[in-house]
Amino acid sequence: MQRKLLLEHIDVEGIQSFDVYRSKGGYSSVEKALKAMSPDDVLEEVKKSGLRGRGGAGFPTGMKWGFLARPEGVPRYLVCNADESEPGTFKDRYLMEHIPHLLIEGMITSSYALGANTSYIYVRGEFFYVIRILEKAIAEAYQNGWLGKNIQGSGFDHDIYVHPGAGAYICGEETALLESLEGKRGNPRIKPPFPAVKGLYGCPTVVNNVETIAAVVPIVNNGGEAYAEIGVGRSTGTKLISASGHINKPGVYEIELGLPVEEFIYSDAFCGGVLNGKELKAVVAGGSSVPILPANLILKTEAGEPRLMSYESLADGGFATGSMLGSGGFIVMDESASIVHNLYTFTRFYHHESCGQCSPCREGTSWMEKILHKILAGHGTMEDIDLLWDVQSKIEGNTICPLGDAAAWPVASAIRHFRHEFEAYIKHPVKQTEINYYNYCHNLETAVS
Amino acid sequence: MFKVTIDGIEVEVPEGTTILNAARKIGPEVAPPTMCYYSSLETSGGYCRTCLVEVTKGSDKDPRPMPKLVASCRTTVMDGMVVTNELSPKVKEARAGVTEFLLFNHPLDCPVCDQAGECHLQDLSYEHGKYKTRTDFERRTFEKIDIGETISLHMNRCILCYRCVKVAEQITDGRVHGVINRGDHSEISTYIKEAIDNDFSGNMIDVCPVGALTDRTFRFKSRVWFTKPVDAHRDCEKCSGKVVLWYKGDDVLRVTGRKDTWGEVEEFICNTCRFDKKKTSDWTLEGVREISRHSVISANKYKKLVKPKEFTLNDIKALPE
Repeated sequence: MQRKLLLEHIDVEGIQSFDVYRSKGGYSSVEKALKAMSPDDVLEEVKKSGLRGRGGAGFPTGMKWGFLARPEGVPRYLVCNADESEPGTFKDRYLMEHIPHLLIEGMITSSYALGANTSYIYVRGEFFYVIRILEKAIAEAYQNGWLGKNIQGSGFDHDIYVHPGAGAYICGEETALLESLEGKRGNPRIKPPFPAVKGLYGCPTVVNNVETIAAVVPIVNNGGEAYAEIGVGRSTGTKLISASGHINKPGVYEIELGLPVEEFIYSDAFCGGVLNGKELKAVVAGGSSVPILPANLILKTEAGEPRLMSYESLADGGFATGSMLGSGGFIVMDESASIVHNLYTFTRFYHHESCGQCSPCREGTSWMEKILHKILAGHGTMEDIDLLWDVQSKIEGNTICPLGDAAAWPVASAIRHFRHEFEAYIKHPVKQTEINYYNYCHNLETAVS
Repeated sequence: MFKVTIDGIEVEVPEGTTILNAARKIGPEVAPPTMCYYSSLETSGGYCRTCLVEVTKGSDKDPRPMPKLVASCRTTVMDGMVVTNELSPKVKEARAGVTEFLLFNHPLDCPVCDQAGECHLQDLSYEHGKYKTRTDFERRTFEKIDIGETISLHMNRCILCYRCVKVAEQITDGRVHGVINRGDHSEISTYIKEAIDNDFSGNMIDVCPVGALTDRTFRFKSRVWFTKPVDAHRDCEKCSGKVVLWYKGDDVLRVTGRKDTWGEVEEFICNTCRFDKKKTSDWTLEGVREISRHSVISANKYKKLVKPKEFTLNDIKALPE
């Protein structure tokens, strides 16, 4: 049986409200931290837990907190990255929508560990209803003395502000988020300096994902070692996975890291198998930015071992035969899905969302979209596949922020594993549109014209 | 002082120097090309990615190489750092890629562009570009607009180096223009059309590496390589008054700031000097300016004029068949 740490009380009636949340043991981590622990103790527990950033990069959270500069007389900030815009990822929204106090509780505990008296939740602008839920929860926390001056008589002051974004994917990148929070154009900053040294308003700042901050609550409650027992190897704890695509039961699932991918897709406790009993074709394991993997490689690694839902196992084989856990946006495609179409959708997204600061990403994403559009429209040539490969290789690693990489990886992996499908599209474009492809075929004309 | 090795040449530079400036100290042979970095503007650089270099050894203390190519204009040197620039095939490939990206939306209108001859993008594509384009897609286009009385903006040619934005931020007294929209729809624009109105706005023309911002008082008067640069100065209340006059015959066609070896202005000049003082009598002439930058305008008409060798019959006989 899979343990649940974050979504344990998700089904409780009225868990959105403070009273119900508190009656289920809510805010006990704040109580424990403020009364019985020093900030360094909390940091130590997080380090022991082996918690890794849940936003996509998987950087150890304890280490990130340890890097925070602590000069005298300068405020420190905690910023919660709730700008969840990755196609295929919807776990943070689910968490904030259904159990907002968990995030608030995590914010207070984490801020205590970092010595931050002000923290911000940067919420994606499209989540306007989530912003209302969060503001209501924050107001309740203020009323009950869990926020504001001298929390529960401990002498620790803390304020949380919710800041709505304005609809830019790039603001999920931490330095662009900080720029946007400061009221500027959301362009990523050139690093170094890192936010841990010079972040929001030039002060040391930690930027963490919603799920990472929420995970601090069970870590403080049960201890870091208990958290580290869950999971496999360096992938500890539980992870929220947003499962979508051609599966019987799409939705947000909390899994223990180390669950076999095969079980996750076919077990009734999770995705419940591929829709309509069709064959599995491919899986994008961690949100649109990570490489796509064909069915044989997602279920088993190249060495023939079963692939697990963990940072290491999904990355096994590098990008040649592996992928990444990323943010946990698990997109399943059955045999009727078109890889070329899917790639065009992703690439169009990255072209639309590129901030335009550095040239490889600005021009490269637009170029890739145009080539894919040409192939879809039936004018492609075999050279276009090589050109596409060449363009993505010139983007990867040469940009200011990871958006360039995120745009290049799906293209590279689609060509690497599904080159035959591009070739089929180029050789028989009309036939491809006829046999194609689930519901895409109906609006193909409008999609590519 | 830190010791850095760039392309096998060792140089000593003070702490906090960027790799680019260390390379420039050695000389133009190892200095990476730049399109967005500008020595006299703070926080410029990092956007165009033409100056990417490979760091094969981080420092004496931590000799690990850096995993990715780094922008040399924004990366500071460490003691014992080893950098490969032109000698690294990885760098050459990335630079060729960046050049191609910069040209992806850049119109091929050099024959009618005022910047031709002193255009950094021309130089870059000559050195690092491909001879043939790999795309036949339509380029993004914008309407040409005049921002202010003296400057015209051809957004089509812009490579979004952000230099002019930094000029507006750092030199002029109020920021009235910036970048709007995002991705490849980004454009340099003013908040209100024709709103650029201050004493130092003309420096935008000097810092623009391409022909996106051009001088309306000089437009279409001459190709730059037909004009002859002369150093001159005058007493000016607002600026240093040190300029270069570009002559054609006896007429001063335009006035610009003095640019160094890297094509970057040493001292910014005011709009009065730039646009209003176009008579020789306004200026004290100092002498012919030698342009050391490797470009077509460095074919300086006064100093480099060499009488062609006259061939004799014996020379012709000695030629290989």
